[in-house]
Amino acid sequence: MNFDFADEAPKLAMLLYGVVAFVAVVGGLLLLLDVVPTWLARRRQARLAAAVAAGRPLEPGRRRSREGLFALFFLLPTVLMLGIGLVIPAIRTLVLSLRNGDSTQWVGLRNYGWMVDRPEIVDILWNTALWVLLVPLLATSVGLIYAVLVDRARLEALAKSLIFLPMAISFVGAGIIWKFVYAFRPAEADQIGLLNQIWVWLGGEPQQWLANPPLNTLLLIVVMIWIQAGFAMVVLSAAIKAIPTDMVEAARIDGVNAWQQFWRITLPGIRPALVVVVVTISIATLKLFDIVRTMTNGNFNTNVIATEMYNQAFRYGQTGQGSALAVVLFILVIPIVIYQVRSLRRQREV
Amino acid sequence: MTTTTPTRAGAATPPTIAGRVRSRLNTRWATAVSIVIAIVWTLPTFGLLVSSFRPEDQIKTTGWWTFFADPQLTLENYEQVLFGRSSSAGQLASYFLNSIVITLPSVLFPLAFAALAAYALAWINFRGRDWIYIGIFALQIVPLQMALVPLLSFFSQGISVGGIDLLPAWNLNDEQRFVQVWFAHTCFALPLGVFLLHNFVSQLPRDLMEAARVDGATHPKIFRTVVLPLITPALAAYGIFQFLWVWNDLLVALIFAGGGDDTAPLTVRLAELAGTRGNEWQRLTSGAFVAIVVPLIVFLSLQRYFVRGLLAGSIKG
Repeated sequence: MNFDFADEAPKLAMLLYGVVAFVAVVGGLLLLLDVVPTWLARRRQARLAAAVAAGRPLEPGRRRSREGLFALFFLLPTVLMLGIGLVIPAIRTLVLSLRNGDSTQWVGLRNYGWMVDRPEIVDILWNTALWVLLVPLLATSVGLIYAVLVDRARLEALAKSLIFLPMAISFVGAGIIWKFVYAFRPAEADQIGLLNQIWVWLGGEPQQWLANPPLNTLLLIVVMIWIQAGFAMVVLSAAIKAIPTDMVEAARIDGVNAWQQFWRITLPGIRPALVVVVVTISIATLKLFDIVRTMTNGNFNTNVIATEMYNQAFRYGQTGQGSALAVVLFILVIPIVIYQVRSLRRQREV
Repeated sequence: MTTTTPTRAGAATPPTIAGRVRSRLNTRWATAVSIVIAIVWTLPTFGLLVSSFRPEDQIKTTGWWTFFADPQLTLENYEQVLFGRSSSAGQLASYFLNSIVITLPSVLFPLAFAALAAYALAWINFRGRDWIYIGIFALQIVPLQMALVPLLSFFSQGISVGGIDLLPAWNLNDEQRFVQVWFAHTCFALPLGVFLLHNFVSQLPRDLMEAARVDGATHPKIFRTVVLPLITPALAAYGIFQFLWVWNDLLVALIFAGGGDDTAPLTVRLAELAGTRGNEWQRLTSGAFVAIVVPLIVFLSLQRYFVRGLLAGSIKG
């Protein structure tokens, strides 16, 4: 045993500080907002009483501005944090992407040109494209098929939990789980990885799955599908259950078979949920970092934008190039979001 | 979901034997396919769990499926990975504690701040309210990668524009760096949090709010006594969501907590073990399970809230 509580005491102290700070900030804010208006009201009352006693006309209250004051204090923590932690940094990243590695000189758009010039970065962009194409498509399909199949089946809740469970597992944990599935042992030894064992049973030679492009990227994509299918399944399953039952009944009486029912009733009925699922998974996939870093660390041509951004900015000290990659990530998110907003608006108009 | 599909009025076919057979065949197929999917989805995790209890030499030489022919159980892996003396063993107990220290405040702060902001945006009238809401809403699409480099430099060097220091550097060392992680997680969580809670808070009945106002309750009082109790399910949903996000996060921790055992969470340590000791499966399997078990418990026991929050967030969006 090598666990010394004395060594860990500073951490617990920090946790205590954190919780105390939380109580102080939130409690203090509410207390302040509670006490100040009462005090103001009392003062106004006193002023009113004095005015009445002196026989002067009453001055109109300034209720509106006090509402504004309340709003200010309620919003202050959020706006302050977002300003310091997100808005200003995002603008600075935009500026940094136009400067050189240690941000001492302006270089114009050279950091963006660098991406297109370097074949290894072009590969990274292609890999990311493959991820964003395949993961939403396949994860949503699996989720949808499963949601339809287990709808109103026996043990539905259990069946759904099984698929949903990977959502709770960290990408790092999922990476290790699947790295174990893909584990490799030489042909003369017993296989310990499930995939290689199945491959050997089928008569193949054991493979170093994660070292062979382009198959390795596809195998990493499987991990992301494994995680995201549960999300798709839960949202789509709720949407399926929201389809009016009389519609389904009417179709059944009309003799529509399961296949037609799926294409003519279920699918149109869940379109809005489908859009949301695809968009959410696309954005999550675009920003994906943990799986690639845990499983291959970007080696063997499996790198994606987010991992390369981390490498450039935090390992190689190339702030300019790292920032440019972050900006590209941001730019790629925008059309996806525009698509979502437009298709949801169209849906509302129908 | 207002889309209606015109159902075709065809001749109602009486249930024939052929039809009944076909539908039974359909359900049999459906059951088979769903069982296959369920197995594929569960098997990898199951293999990890079984392996984590097998002795080291067995994990490294035979597949976990052979366990059922020759069952041997041990807790040795867990003892090693949690408390082992050598630096290569993992010492995950210490990192486990770091994960807890990181997670608690990183959930509490955004929860409280987002609830306050959501209330103000929904129920206090002031100029520019819609613009602030749209601004916060739009921030959801900014990837956190956009903020990492400048935020790190802010912590170490402060913010200065044209040589004038606007905010000083924080200069945090060792355990103090937890503060950076809390700060970063809170910032990144707020846009989604405000959006989710606003969805919920703005749907509270208007009569209730007005009655409270007429009774002379101030905004803080309404917030504490009327709104907070009513939005508990939403708070729970968002709390679970944020908990899972923070506990499972790698990127933010990697940058703001560093890799040392005084601040780094489990995910950072596991990623490191997977990279440097990728073949020490006895440690990776048990270590991964140590990292997974807490969110799994939280998730399974509070799944109902989580699903509700997920649906509120994604379908209305």
